[in-house]
Amino acid sequence: MITLYDYELSVNCYKQRLMMAILGVEYTSVPVDFYPGWEHKSAEFAKINPLGHIPVIDDDGFMLRDAHAILVYLASRYDPSRLWYPVDDPCRLGETAQWMLFAEGTTNTASSARLHDNLGYDFDIDAVRAGAHKLFRVMDEHLWFREREGLDWVVSGAHPTIADIALFPDVALSEEGGISRLDYPALRRWTDRVRRIPGFVTMPGVIALGESPWD
Amino acid sequence: MSVSGVCADPVVRDQWYALAAVDEIGADVSTRLLGLPIGYGLGPGGAARAWRADDGAPIPARVSYGYLWASVGEPPAEVFDVPETREPDRRIFNAGTLGLAVSAPRAVENFLDIAHFPYVHRGLLGDEPHTEVADYDVVDRDGEIWALGCRFHQPRAAAASTEEVVAQYQYRVPHPYCAMLYKSAPGHPDRLDAMGIFTHPLDDERIRAHLFLCLLDDVNTDATIRRFQQTILAQDMPILENQHPKRLPLDPRAETPVRCDKTAIAYRRWLSSLGVTYGVIPAGAG
Repeated sequence: MITLYDYELSVNCYKQRLMMAILGVEYTSVPVDFYPGWEHKSAEFAKINPLGHIPVIDDDGFMLRDAHAILVYLASRYDPSRLWYPVDDPCRLGETAQWMLFAEGTTNTASSARLHDNLGYDFDIDAVRAGAHKLFRVMDEHLWFREREGLDWVVSGAHPTIADIALFPDVALSEEGGISRLDYPALRRWTDRVRRIPGFVTMPGVIALGESPWD
Repeated sequence: MSVSGVCADPVVRDQWYALAAVDEIGADVSTRLLGLPIGYGLGPGGAARAWRADDGAPIPARVSYGYLWASVGEPPAEVFDVPETREPDRRIFNAGTLGLAVSAPRAVENFLDIAHFPYVHRGLLGDEPHTEVADYDVVDRDGEIWALGCRFHQPRAAAASTEEVVAQYQYRVPHPYCAMLYKSAPGHPDRLDAMGIFTHPLDDERIRAHLFLCLLDDVNTDATIRRFQQTILAQDMPILENQHPKRLPLDPRAETPVRCDKTAIAYRRWLSSLGVTYGVIPAGAG
């Protein structure tokens, strides 16, 4: 059984919960008192991750850290269809790697803005917001052209990949960091498609389709 | 479109505001209070200090209920009384402080609302089809608003809950920008848990909300209780931040209330009667 070192309001932990829910993987969540306890920075937690970050997973003794690396592992180990991490198709695999790196960018901009606004992190807020808008513009254009080809996801092909899961929380919670998605219609339509993936779960701040009082 | 500026409203200016939980203060902090750049920190022996950022002049500061409070005006001698803090078996701590792009009165009004529980806090504070808000009383008690006799069906009312209950609620508004709620305490049938929202208004459209707890829970760790409460607060966030206008309209015709909004109606009237103009759109201004 997988143990997830988890904080409910962390986008990077949510990426793992979302992936495991979609894949139907059972796990145990160990809550880390991220705020205000800063438990992930404690000497005790350094034995679990010397970098002092969450999430970390422990899969029957196999320890892995870093959100996007964990997604690679979960899909490789627990998705027998081999669609979520498309190792059999060199082009799609390359695209997946490209968008996973892109997701490092959305995490370091859009999700940093959220940490600044919600928890008072000391980031250059104008710089991280501008960086997020630059990436959202690229992603919006990319998804618009994908839609013209009848495709729904960031990577080519008919099936979503771990790249969609890596990107979704940074995008879906961007407004908490003061980053409006009003100017990115294709990006908004993509967030709706992600929310329709069977097994989809929310985190606080992410509203499921059909659950909103406005739907 | 409002311009976020320094507060000229004497009612709001002459109040105490909780800036941070004392446990969470390390080095001196720069922030804003009601639009004015200020700094605060803890001096020798944990004494509260706060000052204007422009000239370094000290401003009133104190420690109450585990928070550092400050004022940019002439505040009353004491922060409003929370008698429950003197009961020795209660646990008093900050569940968390969250920055929100909303005015303080909008956040307080959301804190006073029951009807959203089944939709926003599904599975915790409410659940369909139990959406009815039974009638309750709103009274003026010593110049404060109190809502009494509120009841609501809750699947998981608190971190300490083991079963669904019909939770009893009371609300209290002792300060234009702060509110308390009292609700059934799991395992203590004759007493009520107390919790509060203490807002730190950075300006008239942006706050930091502190969730103050004064609980009878003797089962859960602080971390477990915080986790539960932070989840609730974060679920409210997209609703709060998407309210337009961000300042609370006080004109009774500006937004249409329904019967279960009695507390909110009384709160808006109370702000009007106090003459509050900051963080709100006064009646007749729109």
